[in-house]
Amino acid sequence: MIANLSTYETVQAAHVKVWFKAGPALKFPKNGGACIKYKDKQIAVFNFTRQGTWYACQNLCPHKMEMVLSRGMIGEEDMQPKVACPLHKNTFSLKTGENLNGSLDAIATYPVKIEDDFVYVGFAD
Amino acid sequence: MKTIIVVGNGMVGYKFCEKIAAKEESENFKIIVFGEEPRAAYDRVHLSEFFGNRDAKALELAPASWYAENNIELVVNERVTDIHRKTKTITTGSDKEYKYDYLVLATGSSPFVPPINGVEKEGVFVYRTIEDLEAMLGYAEKIKAAKPNGRAAILGGGLLGLEAGKAVMDMGLEPHVVEFAPKLMPRQLDSRSSNVLQLTLENIGINIHLGKATNRILGDGAITGMDFGEDDSLEVDMLVVSAGIRPRDELGKTCNLAMGVRGGIVVNDRMQTSDPNIYAIGEVALYNQMIYGLVAPGYEMAEVAVNQIIENNEVLMSSEIDMSTKLKLIGVDVASFGVPYMPAEKGLSIIYENKTKGLYKRINVSLDGKTLLGGIMVGDAEDYSILHQMYLNNIPLPDNAEELIVGTRGEGGSAFGSAMDLPDTAVICSCEAVTKGAVCCSVIDDGNETVKDVAKATKATTGCGGCKPMVADLVKESLKTLGKTVKESICEHFDYSRQELFDIVKLKGIQDYDQLLDEVGKGHGCEVCKPAAASIFASIYNETANRQETIQDSNDRYLANIQRNGTYSVVPRVAGGEISPKQLMALGRIAKKYDLYTKITGGQRIDMFGAKLHELPLIWEELIAEGFETGQAYGKSLRTVKSCVGSTWCRYGMDESVSFAIEIENRYKGIRSPHKFKGGVSGCIRECAEARCKDFGFIAVEGGWNVYVGGNGGATPRHAELLAEKVDKETAIKYVDRFMMFYIKTAPPLTRTAAWLEKLEGGITYLKNVVINDSLGIVDELDTDMQNFVNTYKCEWKEAVETPEIRERYTHFINSDEPDDNIEFVSLREQKMPKEWA
Repeated sequence: MIANLSTYETVQAAHVKVWFKAGPALKFPKNGGACIKYKDKQIAVFNFTRQGTWYACQNLCPHKMEMVLSRGMIGEEDMQPKVACPLHKNTFSLKTGENLNGSLDAIATYPVKIEDDFVYVGFAD
Repeated sequence: MKTIIVVGNGMVGYKFCEKIAAKEESENFKIIVFGEEPRAAYDRVHLSEFFGNRDAKALELAPASWYAENNIELVVNERVTDIHRKTKTITTGSDKEYKYDYLVLATGSSPFVPPINGVEKEGVFVYRTIEDLEAMLGYAEKIKAAKPNGRAAILGGGLLGLEAGKAVMDMGLEPHVVEFAPKLMPRQLDSRSSNVLQLTLENIGINIHLGKATNRILGDGAITGMDFGEDDSLEVDMLVVSAGIRPRDELGKTCNLAMGVRGGIVVNDRMQTSDPNIYAIGEVALYNQMIYGLVAPGYEMAEVAVNQIIENNEVLMSSEIDMSTKLKLIGVDVASFGVPYMPAEKGLSIIYENKTKGLYKRINVSLDGKTLLGGIMVGDAEDYSILHQMYLNNIPLPDNAEELIVGTRGEGGSAFGSAMDLPDTAVICSCEAVTKGAVCCSVIDDGNETVKDVAKATKATTGCGGCKPMVADLVKESLKTLGKTVKESICEHFDYSRQELFDIVKLKGIQDYDQLLDEVGKGHGCEVCKPAAASIFASIYNETANRQETIQDSNDRYLANIQRNGTYSVVPRVAGGEISPKQLMALGRIAKKYDLYTKITGGQRIDMFGAKLHELPLIWEELIAEGFETGQAYGKSLRTVKSCVGSTWCRYGMDESVSFAIEIENRYKGIRSPHKFKGGVSGCIRECAEARCKDFGFIAVEGGWNVYVGGNGGATPRHAELLAEKVDKETAIKYVDRFMMFYIKTAPPLTRTAAWLEKLEGGITYLKNVVINDSLGIVDELDTDMQNFVNTYKCEWKEAVETPEIRERYTHFINSDEPDDNIEFVSLREQKMPKEWA
């Protein structure tokens, strides 16, 4: 299967139809990312331990269409949480998906919640 | 209140509005600006970026609301059709009439389409507006849907034509640039630089056809090819015409303003046309019998017109217009300034050409050798700004003028001196006409301390951006004159340099990144400070990359090099390049088993590509079982110590370079440093190991080893400098130990030893004093620290394979054992490689 950008659309918390159980929170690296599979999607999930928050976005970097964002470093710039793609260090806001250091397309972001030490990612399909 | 009507809302029309709005006198004027495009003014210089992002908004010079906020009435989608000079009125396409006191014509130009038979056929485009680009994109989609190998030609090999070539390549069409002249960018380049540029572009995949006159456009309705006569033709599916510009001067003609023979509205040095109440600026204006197709002169014309209208009469247009340009064309630097080429009797040229590297540099100096007349740079235009300034300000040339383009030899230092040597009147940013004085004042008098703030205050760098490096230098130097040190802080999260952080971690005994951030940083870190901190922890505690894996750069986090398609390459250590047949077979067997592409590296190792994340521990496990360990090819750490075969086999060999290389590679393996570092050992002065382009190198000579440090291959090559002569092996190692430790402790992040040594005050002499004569009294500490590194080495692969929690990191999905099904390979010479990037 070849990655298709149109597979990924941002989901707002209010529009979640399915809370997908992605795995135990402990399996996710602290202050880093890991990837989960949901149907035909690859989703990068970030455990931003320092902030005490979780984020999720497409694993696909829109620059060169490779499934790598979960392996990027996370951080923050002007209070905006971000991930840096490991291929060319393009940075994307984990809140809005916006490309912070260039003019690439925004990436899709997804809501995350933790219940009973499990990570759930919200999808609209 | 008087009325100013501006006809044309392109870059220059907009600049006029911006400049007049900034004047107090603007209150006395009612300003109306007409644009015939559907949107407000946008940045046409960066038009080709639209292909990348399809974002017209990103090109906006100001939002539509800006005009209202500045009391300027903007009328878009409306064409001015007539000027009635007697009544001082204009009429528009929708038959409205407006009265003016001053009329400013900024109608610009239109693409010149040569009268070629068939040029009206479907599939022929010009390259000027966002709408043109949208139409091209739509047509390219149609071609691609119909056939797999669509081709597009560009008529014209000038600046814009080459950009268009890249644009059609990005659309997925095979690009062909067709130029009438025998060279590319005929106005800016000589034929040798054109050759160098042509080679570089052809390597990227842009086909170049020079000296071709197009007779006819072929095809029935839609274009199918171009006919050059005499049975010479080119099949194409689309054509973009980029053959120059023609001034949009029809308004001037119909109201009888004085015109140039070949078009353009004649203006004087006040930008007035033959009617003193009508001004013409930008590409419609004929000044000094020339049309200037660059944005900087257009902006200057806008400035002059504004001043004339507010009766500030002494601001006049410069009598000589600088047509210098620098641009990054398709990733290739191209610059030309002053007189780029000239007949031999006018001056002398110094030319440097290196076709293998795609480099060409030429400077033209006056016959007396005292002044710079102009020049050309292709492939590397880093020194353009300073050369351009030398040219503009008539700065006397140094004695060895060739050093301006080939660099200085021997002792370090630059032939240029500093940007501070320029006169205050030197124009640094020609787009916005900002002088050196203005930049420095903005720092010294107005307290702006960053390039960003200076740009905001002065507008310098906000045009084409070419002057950024020079502005950065000026800001830095101006701060120094205030006694302020320019802090080389790592990023917004730490107000410290790497060296300061190094000391803090060591003295406070800080153990991990979170603690560091909490105690001396702010916020939550980023991809810049995290790896810098990781390097510091590694240098102080010799911890492996496995402990704090999420602050490591991606490669260190997974102990392998991420490659184009997100798979990894694996490089085991092959110390000194010596490898037994048995080990070779083991590598071959493992690579075959996991279907890896293999290649001998430049550093005498074997690189195995295409491993998926989950395969990494499996591959390492087998390699470890065969006696291999990690080569740290991913780390900012020792890569290889290259060696020649030395006295064991070579008939010239003076000493055993292989044994020495193996010893030294094993000594420094795994050590983390500010950047990667490499070594070389040559058995005689023939230097087959190329030890002098390495961070450290040993060369066997009669009576011992010569020790060299601070060399560099790569993008900015530099020969290593001699640290000690004819010393024995133990002494050689001791000196390099100290050199390396001193570098590790003091260099900024991502700085190779060559750059570090270049910036070290006192250079090699100072370094000799520190590591040989112990002038700082620190060599005991350096020795101990290095020995501690050597004693505590651990193989990170082994650690990862044997520790279940670490090994668990190597799965693509947290919730599935499936591998990444996105990865695709294609075959190449009986091996595999990643599919092309879209």
